[in-house]
Amino acid sequence: MPQVTLTVNGKSHTVEVEARTLLVEVLREKLRLTGTHVGCDTSQCGACVVQMGEDSVKSCTILAVQADGAQVTTIEGLAAADGTLHPMQEAFREYHALQCGFCTPGMVMSAIDLVKKHPQGLSEQEIREGLEGNICRCTGYHNIVKAIAAAADVMQGRTPELARAG
Amino acid sequence: MYDFAYHKPSSLADAVKLLAEDPDAKPISGGMTLLPALKHRLNMPTALIDLSGIAELRGIKREGDAIVIGAMVKHFEVATDPQIMAAIPALARMAATIGDTQVRNRGTIGGSLANNDPAADYPAAALALGATLITDRRQIPADDFFVGMFTTAMEPGELLIGVSFPIPEKAGYAKLRNPASRYSMTGVFVAKGPKGVGVGVNGAASCAFRQKEMEAALAANWSPEAVANIRQPANDLNSDIHGSAEYRANLVTVMAKRAVADAG
Ligand SMILES: Cc1cc2nc3c(=O)[nH]c(=O)nc-3n(C[C@H](O)[C@H](O)[C@H](O)COP(=O)(O)OP(=O)(O)OC[C@H]3O[C@@H](n4cnc5c(N)ncnc54)[C@H](O)[C@@H]3O)c2cc1C
Ligand code: FES
Ligand code: FES
Repeated sequence: MPQVTLTVNGKSHTVEVEARTLLVEVLREKLRLTGTHVGCDTSQCGACVVQMGEDSVKSCTILAVQADGAQVTTIEGLAAADGTLHPMQEAFREYHALQCGFCTPGMVMSAIDLVKKHPQGLSEQEIREGLEGNICRCTGYHNIVKAIAAAADVMQGRTPELARAG
Repeated sequence: MYDFAYHKPSSLADAVKLLAEDPDAKPISGGMTLLPALKHRLNMPTALIDLSGIAELRGIKREGDAIVIGAMVKHFEVATDPQIMAAIPALARMAATIGDTQVRNRGTIGGSLANNDPAADYPAAALALGATLITDRRQIPADDFFVGMFTTAMEPGELLIGVSFPIPEKAGYAKLRNPASRYSMTGVFVAKGPKGVGVGVNGAASCAFRQKEMEAALAANWSPEAVANIRQPANDLNSDIHGSAEYRANLVTVMAKRAVADAG
């Protein structure tokens, strides 16, 4: 059986997999990191988004063997060791950007990548378009967009006004 | 998914050899199309040949009057590459509308062209710009490459290594996205370049095609009005729950007008 080595949330793991094993299966079933969800399993919904190297990716549509050697960050890897939430998590809480919470890990992971790829800040339109690959059945997206705008301000060192105005 | 063997060759020669040795092996680039198909058990390859370790398939370069893009270049890179944005901005804008961020972070131009999905974006651009598809064994003009639904002129075991787009004077693209799948219902790419005017249509039929009546009209008069009264025959167009053939025929005209306006 193929062996893959992944660095997940800063910790190196070597696991045996089948060639057909998905990255999300390794995360959830072998490493018991069940914060990454599987909503559709067809690369539509974004519940499984994790950070791999420089990019956010849908972990239901990557084989574990394709991820061999990669640095992966999941929702579990965001908060500080003392439990302090990442600014994006904090903003989701503050702006009530979730209801059932199923989509939330993927939303947060996509949102962080989105903010990182827009170092000059983002418009509401850019946030909405950037969430194209993440589906939420509960919130109507409105508070998610506000939370991301606020977190972007915090992450990029601006005073969070944009979101509050909305 | 059925299980399969997995190989990650580090040279083009090794990849071609692996594919030649096993007729039931398949290349995988971004996997954005192939993995969902394997999950549905639509396909049962004995082995997947991962192309991501092959340096020859990467890179975007300007070669004379053309932009040459390696097969493993991701949609995200096409959308944000300064050379493409300067030389063929319509192609970069097109790439930015493919799927979503995560699809663009993995999906590749080579995988999309090799797959030739009737609703894929790039084939219309390749046709309109008069691109040349470069494989491990030959060069194929776009006109001969896209032969039918999910079918190209490539032989079993043949690998796409890149695509060369002649730099146009102007080019533009417009599509109507299916509100659910977000794939093109009908998209039109127009280009005015060294090889004349090209009009490529995706989403409307079983395979992307050139609208030659529009090409002649635009060659005489490059303006949205020139195509406004040209009707695409509906006979061979797709009809499904999303839209009738007549609806798509009308979209060809509407999107062509918008694409010319987009090109300026
Ligand atoms: C949610 C979602 C939305 C999408 N929306 C769009 C859209 O709006 N527009 C659009 O155009 N596409 C869309 N796609 C498809 C996407 O662009 C894919 O990335 C692309 O079609 C296939 O590229 P890939 O690199 O992922 O190829 P893969 O899935 O790895 O391969 C596709 C096929 O091509 C073959 N192949 C791959 N590389 C080569 C090569 N170099 N030589 C020979 N054969 C090869 C494979 O064997 C396979 O049969 C979408 C996909 C998803 C999941
Ligand atoms: S579970 Fe991966 S996109 Fe839905
Ligand atoms: S909060 Fe329920 S799916 Fe988004």
